[in-house]
Amino acid sequence: MKMISALSGFLLPLALFYIIGYGILNRQKVYDIFIKGVEEGFKIVIHIAPTLVGLMVAVGIIRASGVLDMAANALTPIGTLLNIPAQILPLIFIRLFSTSAANGLVFDLFKEYGTDSTIGLTASIIMSCTESIFYIMSVYFLSVGIKKTRWTLVGGLLATLAGVAASVVIAGVCFGG
Amino acid sequence: MLNYIWAFMILIGIGVAAFTGEMEGVSTGILDSSKEAIQLCIVMLGVVGMWTGVMKIAEETGLVRQLTKLLMPILRLLFPRLAGEETAMGYIAANMVANLLGLGWAATPTGLKAMKELQRLNPDKEKASDEMCLFMVINISSLQLIPINMIAYRSQYGSVHPGLIILPGMVATGISTLVGVLYGVWKCRRNQKKHKNGERTE
Repeated sequence: MKMISALSGFLLPLALFYIIGYGILNRQKVYDIFIKGVEEGFKIVIHIAPTLVGLMVAVGIIRASGVLDMAANALTPIGTLLNIPAQILPLIFIRLFSTSAANGLVFDLFKEYGTDSTIGLTASIIMSCTESIFYIMSVYFLSVGIKKTRWTLVGGLLATLAGVAASVVIAGVCFGG
Repeated sequence: MLNYIWAFMILIGIGVAAFTGEMEGVSTGILDSSKEAIQLCIVMLGVVGMWTGVMKIAEETGLVRQLTKLLMPILRLLFPRLAGEETAMGYIAANMVANLLGLGWAATPTGLKAMKELQRLNPDKEKASDEMCLFMVINISSLQLIPINMIAYRSQYGSVHPGLIILPGMVATGISTLVGVLYGVWKCRRNQKKHKNGERTE
């Protein structure tokens, strides 16, 4: 746990050191470029803000109504069987369809169980190692008019399953107990 | 798709609340959540802005292009039939680098161009080629090395150590990608063998 924390803490500064060092050695106006990039980042955030409002309201409603608790209760046997916290199961399902809807659920888990709890960490890792299969497939295949996607779905589901399993195990081993 | 998910969540939530007597809570929930969304955006302005700023440096100094070149030998191994198709390979590499660096918005345009190139090389225009399937599976398996958005979210929701998930996330991403690639490569090889023997591929 301590080592993961230390190594993780190392990576972001290291990335910055390398990139900015490389830039200045190549005589680039790194600061000017940085500012330009930040501006682009702002536009991206402004662009996703409406989605966040929409989906967080929806998750807020199902949380307050008690539906999420009911779902977690109903899923508890499956969770116990798979050794996954039942609260994570709706997240895994929604993750396949939409990143932003899944994010809404993650925020709810953060609030209910804590960001650094085993559930919070498992959810964070799951979100970091998976993508929304159905969204990606529909965007890419539709763009070129492919109708038969053959083994894409099976492959995508296998990769996602492996990622989820790895997240649960890693979170359990490193941060559990 | 999202139209249905969104409407479904709201309608089910309000419908159930009417029975459980949680209407007042739902009412507060609606207002609190919309407020919270914008508070989250403010944190994200900082974190995402910082990241895109640094990535812009990587892009303009040629670091991203170098990374793309580094990726080429791996891609030749994964897509042996695309040898000589420089355009397709170039777009696939650019898409993967954008994904690795967590630049999802830069990944989609190059990914779509890669698909278009693959479709041009595809004999059956309605059926995905092996290369398309493999490219999609790799995309789905997630490549992102530093999950910057998740770090921003964690910091907004009071994590003591928002970056704690970087290393575990890398390991999990590596595992999901490895499984996707192994399955994909196995599928490609098998289909090509069948093809050689004159069987129909699936």
